Amino acid sequence: MSTPLILLALAIIAIACYVAGTRRALAIAGGLSSNLHSRQGYYGSFVAICATVPAAIVLAVWLIASPFYINSTVMSGFPEEVKTQSEAQQGLSFGMVGGLARGMDVLTLEEIDAVSANPAELRSLLGTKGVALAGDPEPWMVVSAGDLNAMQKISSRIMTAVVLIIALAGAGLSYVRIAPRFRARNRVEKVILSALVLASSIAIVTTIGIVMSMLTEATHFFGRVSPWEFFFGTVWDPRFAAAGATASEGQFGLIPLLAGTLYIGFVAMLVAVPVGLFSAIYMSEYASPRVRSIAKPLLEVLAGIPTIVYGFFALTSVGPFLRDISAQLSGLTTGEYANFIQAQSVLTAGFVMGIMLIPYVSSLSDDIITAVPRALRDGSLGLGATKSETIKKVVMPAALPGVVGALLMTASRAIGETMIVVLAAGVAARMQLNPFEPMTTVTVKIVSQLTGDLEFTSPQTLVAFALGITLFAITLCLNIYALFIVRKYREQYE
Amino acid sequence: MNMMSEAAVEKALDKKMTDMSYKMIGNDVSVYYGEKRALFDVNLNVRENTVTALIGPSGCGKSTFLRTLNRMNDTIEGCRVTGKITLDNDDIYDKEIDVVELRARVGMVFQKPNPFPKSIYENIAYGPRIHGLARNKADMDQIVEASLQRAGLWTEVKDRLHEGGTGLSGGQQQRLCIARAVAVSPEVILMDEPCSALDPIATAKVEELIHELRANYTIVIVTHSMQQAARVSQRTAMFHLGQLVEENDTDKMFTNPDDQRTQDYIMGRFG
Repeated sequence: MSTPLILLALAIIAIACYVAGTRRALAIAGGLSSNLHSRQGYYGSFVAICATVPAAIVLAVWLIASPFYINSTVMSGFPEEVKTQSEAQQGLSFGMVGGLARGMDVLTLEEIDAVSANPAELRSLLGTKGVALAGDPEPWMVVSAGDLNAMQKISSRIMTAVVLIIALAGAGLSYVRIAPRFRARNRVEKVILSALVLASSIAIVTTIGIVMSMLTEATHFFGRVSPWEFFFGTVWDPRFAAAGATASEGQFGLIPLLAGTLYIGFVAMLVAVPVGLFSAIYMSEYASPRVRSIAKPLLEVLAGIPTIVYGFFALTSVGPFLRDISAQLSGLTTGEYANFIQAQSVLTAGFVMGIMLIPYVSSLSDDIITAVPRALRDGSLGLGATKSETIKKVVMPAALPGVVGALLMTASRAIGETMIVVLAAGVAARMQLNPFEPMTTVTVKIVSQLTGDLEFTSPQTLVAFALGITLFAITLCLNIYALFIVRKYREQYE
Repeated sequence: MNMMSEAAVEKALDKKMTDMSYKMIGNDVSVYYGEKRALFDVNLNVRENTVTALIGPSGCGKSTFLRTLNRMNDTIEGCRVTGKITLDNDDIYDKEIDVVELRARVGMVFQKPNPFPKSIYENIAYGPRIHGLARNKADMDQIVEASLQRAGLWTEVKDRLHEGGTGLSGGQQQRLCIARAVAVSPEVILMDEPCSALDPIATAKVEELIHELRANYTIVIVTHSMQQAARVSQRTAMFHLGQLVEENDTDKMFTNPDDQRTQDYIMGRFG
């Protein structure tokens, strides 16, 4: 049986177990579910879980472990002269064997007999059947492929049998345990609890995994390029990562990229913070509930627009517009129509990123400002303060720690933002202060170092991981600090 | 019979009193929250340098009436006030009246102590600063000290004026709020159940304070505690279901009220 079929069988067994378990529980209780320790559904669930969970675990382990066993057995059967080859060569040979094995499944027995005499024809024959082989198969490969197929078939049969036996045994054993005082609910809930724990640990484990993988690749990079050169180098010139071209050792200075990242982020915050904060103040203090109920969801929709959309908005509209208007301006003032703003520039990227960040700033700040207790507002108004005095001197100072936290979170988004800067900031890694000129960011360089035809052993590619882990560290620090501030602020009012 | 005639005499005297001795006069005051009517044609006058207690069961409209006196109801969405309320013969709902000025003259202390998250000094200085009551730092220091002394808080906090106001105990916080209200030298102070969040000792201190403040201010206090009304006020007004049931001298109110409902409420038969 194939794996999907086994899963289907397990599902059917589970449903049958649930129904049978529920019925039996009710029958034992004499039709009155109040005689049971748990509700009857739990008895059904208990039987179903006992039947399927161990079987499913065995199935998963088998599916993961059996290929390792089979592969190593097949590889140990390779001829001696193959075994002396390098590991990569052996891997290639094994790939051929695997392909052959898949191909031989497609062929009829007569065809196999016909070609086994002449393996050279096998490749063209398989080609006509839609199975492509990397090279001409050698005779020993056909034998190995036959072994592989045979072992896989046996493994599949044993697995089916074992899984189904375990499922039925589990069902039977748990079925007979059903008794009125049997605590089915406690057991079922334990299983559900562990499922919940498993689900939440997946996210954590994944994060750890990502960090670990970035760290290992980054250490490879730092084995080639000294950390000092990376973190304090002022020139970014990685050259090309041509395979085998060891002579083209580049320079990997982080500083120009970091400068670009921070500069563009700064411009973005310059746009987003005032606009976002003012709109938050309007929403929370002045807007009527009707306006608020319409405007707030609209702003939150704005936050859901994919950043690539902002990116080509910057590329096709904002950039050219700024370029043309700068040409007009210089034409008016100097008589010479030369654009002093480049289409791709710090300004373009920063401005559009700022627009993207407005909803984050305003939505987060709005929540925080609204959370300032009404009593404080009343207290200030009751003293004869005007609304604006109340907002400036009481509400905003009270909300400030939370707002700062929100701004830090927004800043970490600005630093990690990729698509807008890829399209609108340019790729020139330069250190300069003119916002009308293009600069580049860490994220842009990660994209450009990882796209194209790559060799994953050169520093030119590995540098992306070093950049990634640096970026991760920066945003992580910002986020932790922001959370810390926001939490401190919450305690003040609870 | 004798008692009845006495009451009648007092009523006659009441009528004879000129409007001048009334600090605030409420005439047919009605309040609507959207469609719902919360107050029904209340006629209630507040006497100068007197503590007037507003009592009544929950939801009877006593807090609503209190909040009409300095137009705090303006901050509530969909709230509408009809009728006429005057402060020293000025209609406070007149278009000419600036609500900000009004609230400087009619201060308010709230149910829950609500000190600003600033230092004790800044809490007091907040009102005088926005109204420009101090010429310089020395003036301000003087106002802060005087207000804290009025509120009976000076000796407790004089060594930590620049620490946060939220770090004080509940009773101290409430007295800080009273000091804050006093600092802008209002003529009337409204108190909305100022002791409901305080323990008995803090309550006693605040009540004592109310007693002293009476010399300089006109005070209107909403309270749930009949004993408190009896202890601190000279006049008491009883509200029920949005209507003013009875307004009378506190002594009379608690011994021999005119209205049966007042009697029942005070005896604890409802509410």
